[in-house]
This record gives sequence, C-alpha cells and structure tokens, in this order.
Amino acid sequence: MANPISAGDTAWILTSTALVLLMTPGLAFFYGGMVRKKNILSTLNLSFIMMGVISVQWVLYGYTLAFGKNVAGLFGDLSYLGFSGVTGVAGPYSSNIPHLAFAAFQMMFAVITPALITGAFVERIRFKTFLVFAVLWATIVYDPLCHWVWGDGGWMGAMGALDFAGGTVVHIAAGFSALAFAIAIGPRKGFPKAPMEPHNIPYTVLGAGLLWFGWFGFNAGSSLAADGLASYAFVNTNTAAAAAAVSWMLVSWTDAGKPSVLGIATGAVVGLVAITPAAGFVTPLGAIVIGAVGAPISYYAIRFRQKRNLDESLDVWACHGMAGTWGALATGLFAAPEVNKAAGLFYGNPGQLGIQAISVAVTICFVFLVTFVLAKILDGIMGLRVETLEEEVGLDLSEHGERAYS
Amino acid sequence: MLKKIEAIIREDKLNDVKDALHAVGIRGMNVFEIRGQGRQGGITLAGRSGTYQVDMLPKMQINIILSEDNVDETIAAILKGGRTGDAGDGLIFVYPVDEAVRIRTGERGHEAVMYPGDIDEKKKKGAA
Repeated sequence: MANPISAGDTAWILTSTALVLLMTPGLAFFYGGMVRKKNILSTLNLSFIMMGVISVQWVLYGYTLAFGKNVAGLFGDLSYLGFSGVTGVAGPYSSNIPHLAFAAFQMMFAVITPALITGAFVERIRFKTFLVFAVLWATIVYDPLCHWVWGDGGWMGAMGALDFAGGTVVHIAAGFSALAFAIAIGPRKGFPKAPMEPHNIPYTVLGAGLLWFGWFGFNAGSSLAADGLASYAFVNTNTAAAAAAVSWMLVSWTDAGKPSVLGIATGAVVGLVAITPAAGFVTPLGAIVIGAVGAPISYYAIRFRQKRNLDESLDVWACHGMAGTWGALATGLFAAPEVNKAAGLFYGNPGQLGIQAISVAVTICFVFLVTFVLAKILDGIMGLRVETLEEEVGLDLSEHGERAYS
Repeated sequence: MLKKIEAIIREDKLNDVKDALHAVGIRGMNVFEIRGQGRQGGITLAGRSGTYQVDMLPKMQINIILSEDNVDETIAAILKGGRTGDAGDGLIFVYPVDEAVRIRTGERGHEAVMYPGDIDEKKKKGAA
C-alpha cells in the first residue's frame, strides 16, 4: 500500500504548529504592555508558563480526553493516554498527515486558550492557585469542549455546528471564562479610581503583530492540508484583521477624537478572533464584513464593562468572548458553499444560524458556570488573590522575587 | 551668598529653557524627570475604548546653584524659554544655599560653582 502521508501537507502543519506556538509569547507581550510595570514579568509568565504546563498535560492525558474514542458525545476515552498510539503514521483525524503532527498542532490551541483567560485577573492573581486552576480548567473545560466540537462523535460537531479554527473552543471559552473569573476574584486594589495606565503600549503593538503572524497557522493550518481551503483561511484571516483594525481606528477616532494605537492593535486582534470560526467557510468579502462589524462590537462591549465597574482587566470577554460570539454567529450567516460546502443564512440555509446559536449559548453557559464554580472552590481552598501588600508591591517582586527594569 | 533655583517646566520646553540659560551664561545644572499636578489639572488620553484622564503629569525639574547676583537674569531666561501662556508652564522656586564644595579641587562657595565662560566671567569682561 502506498504511503498516504503527504509531505507538503505535513510540512505545512508542522510549520503551522510552530506559528501557533508563537502566538502565546505574542499574547504575553500583548497583555504585558497593558499592565503596570510592577506586574509585567508576572503577566508575561502567566501566558509563557502555559507552554510548559499545558504541553505536558496534553501529552499525558489532555489529547486523549479531547480526541480519544468518543464516550457519549461528551469526551474522549483514554486510548491515547501518554500519546500511546499517536505515531508518525496517519491517524483517525488525518489521512494525509501523521497522527503526531495533528496532535501537536492541537496542543498549541490547548496551550493558548488558558493563557487568553489570564487577562482577566492580572496584577492580583496568586500564581500557585493559577497553576492549579489552569490544569483543572484544561481538564474539565477545554478538553471536553474541544471534543464536543472537533472530536469524532462530539455532539456539537455531530449537530452540524461550524467552527473552523476555534471560535467556540478557544475564544468564546476563554472570553466567558475570563468574565466568570473576574467576577469571582474581584477588582484590583484601587479600581476604578486609581490610574492603571498601560505601561508599555509598544509591547502591546508588538504582541498584536506576533498574534497576527501566528494566526495564519491557527486558521490556515486548521485546513489540515496545504490546499485551496488553507488559502481561503489564510486570506480571510488577513482580510478580517485588516478590516477590523481600520474599523476600530475609525470608531475610536469618531468616539474619542483621536485614533488610539492601542485601539488599532486591539482591533486587529478582534478581527482575528471574529474570523477564526469562519475562516474556512466564507469568502474574502464576507471576511471584510465579519472583521469590520466585530470591532465596534468589542469596542462597545469594553465600554459596557467599564460602565459596570467590572475589573475584567484586559477585556478578554469583550475582545474574545464577544468577537468570538459574533464570529460564530456570522459563520451561520456568511458560510458560502463555494468555499467549503457549508451554507449560511445568506446562501439559503437559515437553519445553520440556529445551530450556531445553540452551540454558542451552550458553550457560554458551560464555560461560565464551570469556571465560576472552579474559581470559587479554589478561592476557598488556596485563595485566588495575593495579600493586599503583595498586590501593592506588584507581583513581579512578591510572587517571583524579580524586577523587570532595574 | 549662594542660591538654588528649582524650576519646574514643561517636558517639551527643556531645550528652549536650556538654550535660554546658555545664552545668559548659565553652565551648571541638573535635570530631573518628575511627575506632578498643579493648576493644569489633568490631561485626556485616548484609550482602548474612549478616553481616560491622567492627573499626574510628566514635567522636568531644573536645579541650578548660583550667586545671588545672577538670580534675576536666570529667572528671566527660564521665563523666556519656558512660557507658552497656558496652564502647566510650571513654577520657579529660589532657596538659600549654605555651602557648595567642588569635590575635585576642594573649592568652596562661589568658586565651587563657577565655570569657564559662564555668567560671572561675562560680567567681569563687561566691567573691564
């Protein structure tokens, strides 16, 4: 029998895996620039350490919970425990690439998702508690949700929900978990009266650039082949980010009087979030609408959050939760059959929007409730936040015994 | 009698003030980056969504130790270089100084804060 593995596809997926990995340090800088300088190392590390902790978790048992043989449509069994049976030959999810390449590509998604949540609780989180939270969250929220959407036999995928690269699994999950965690942990000391200015917006712009670059792997790699669909996803990714950056600039210019650079960088990321579920289903013109509309949704979601005096510090909910929700629903509107066989409302299939809405609603309820309860339990056992004095000194010194700038 | 001039000025006026001080012959000075608030109140910055207020503003502080005789010319130079006419131009304070010692030479008092080509030399040449 001929070897079915394609060298071209494998090369692209391994490259994409590295691209998605780079998004996590990119995210670290995106977030790091927005905190006060006494907390930059802590904030960078909350993302960076996920490359350590979750990579190991994924190899040991995370992958099999997400992609093992289906148990009741809810999670995977333990057949791939410790990556056993995950080898250099094709697997059930990939006839054209090694099973190991698929598992590695998926690993990077599992790594960045809890890192995204960290924006909610920067500058006050107890690091030890965060580590426990991240492992438990990956185990009882991410891995099952990933199975529901992408696992063979997972109920959301079986229902026909479209999520090309993780709008639901990654962005809605992270965004609404962030909201739940922010409510559980409470605001930073002095919020909202004390000034909490971003200390290094250049870091944030650098981080947004790295995220944009890495997102080509995230979305175009999700085609799992170096093919025409990957090309659609690639172009849609860039187009939506571009449209959202311009759209955010115009909204900010009109609303605040000046086009904020922090806003433009945020807009690009919001466009990337919004296109994620749709990247392999819509046309580039659809991507422009998805990006351009996503920006004001997140912009005014931030305003709503500010008015509620809720310290969801770096707006993970507004940027990932709300833009992810918009992107998932927009996939049900703009999915074009000529791209990837699926049709949305504008192509004569209104039912798709309903399916998308169900998957969004269930995901939001599931991640919000489980995260909130998990955070409250950990608060009772270990404490979610550092002592007041430690918070005032800053987490770089109090949690890590280091300072970023000497 | 030695005096200390402490001038709080706009960040963006540092070069103009320095040039004006050089023009009258003030050579020695120290400059500090500071933050503070006064009549200017706060400024509005563009944020991620909308705007926000900052009430501790960055300013520059210039310290000069000099002879009492040179205080008026120095204040005039700072006013000339630092004024825009809007709130936020800053303040000048003058203090008495008990002693000054140049570490390299051990010179004390006026001798310690004199520089080649400075305001005192200019005045001497003018008188001669």
